[in-house]
Amino acid sequence: MKTLFIIPAFNEELNIRGVIEDIRGHVQGAAILVINDGSADATGNIAKDLGVTVISLPYNLGIGAAMQTGYHYAHMQGYDIAVQFDGDGQHRADQLDQLLEPLERGEADIVIGSRFLTKGMYKAEVARLVAIRMLSRIISSLVGQKITDPTSGLRAVNRRAMHLFCRCYPDDYPEPESLVLLHKAGFRIAEAPVHMEKRLLGNSSITLLRGVYYMVKVVLAVLVDMIKEVPRR
Amino acid sequence: MDMIPILATLVSMVIFLSVLELIRRNRLKEKYSLLWLFSSLVLLWFSVSRKSLHYVAGYIGIQYPPSVIFLLGFLFLIIINIHFSTVISHLSDRNKTLAQEVGLLREVLEREKGFEK
Repeated sequence: MKTLFIIPAFNEELNIRGVIEDIRGHVQGAAILVINDGSADATGNIAKDLGVTVISLPYNLGIGAAMQTGYHYAHMQGYDIAVQFDGDGQHRADQLDQLLEPLERGEADIVIGSRFLTKGMYKAEVARLVAIRMLSRIISSLVGQKITDPTSGLRAVNRRAMHLFCRCYPDDYPEPESLVLLHKAGFRIAEAPVHMEKRLLGNSSITLLRGVYYMVKVVLAVLVDMIKEVPRR
Repeated sequence: MDMIPILATLVSMVIFLSVLELIRRNRLKEKYSLLWLFSSLVLLWFSVSRKSLHYVAGYIGIQYPPSVIFLLGFLFLIIINIHFSTVISHLSDRNKTLAQEVGLLREVLEREKGFEK
């Protein structure tokens, strides 16, 4: 099946080369699309020099709108599967098979790479783990199935989900919010175990206080999503 | 003599005329001015007509009739603000779509230029 790797990247000049080489190292002739989301650094040029497709947005639209651009491209170009693969080096390409299998067998419309399906593999600060666990509980009860890693940005979707995302995709906290959207529109969600690195270079700007604030906003956004109209499948 | 009705009349007339003037100079689109024009006319009506002011005040049990003008002004501001919030949301949606489209088109353009070389 025709698969496209979409890498949303905002000022990732330190990581982008490694990410692209990692994917190429594991997937022969991988089709890769970098969404350069208004980076002020060399992200776009580095990606172009490596010969991948680059879409440069005129200004920073944020992760949601950047990913949606990628889904538009994937849908237009007739890809069967689109994989979101973050540009910060957290994701690794060596476990992609498990992520893609359920889609190829037609058993799911989206597969989320979960850090928590294999015990003790993911190392992170306690506060972050607690936050993800709480969010996992909330999302799981909203979508009526266990989702262990709702904030994971490593995920693969089929054409149907791609099409839904082209029409509507959340701007603010797309990872957890899109799950609620997919559930409401009647799509099948699955998870597959993956490892993730802590951020390689540069810093993810999440402190404890910010983390709590983030949680509150995500929960609010998700609750609002529950009452929103969505296009039916 | 009570100053409030005179003041209220003046203020609502100034609002009405300023909005008209902004439209005339093409600095305000008609469709975003209707709420303003409507609000200022209603306020003007209640500032001028003591009778309707006292009628409404009596009807909803407001002891001090000029409060009706403040109440209406406050309600109109809320409505206008909500209206503008929806306008902004709509605009930012369109803006996002445009930016995405620019990105997609630029990619096609650069690819075709590459082929020519």
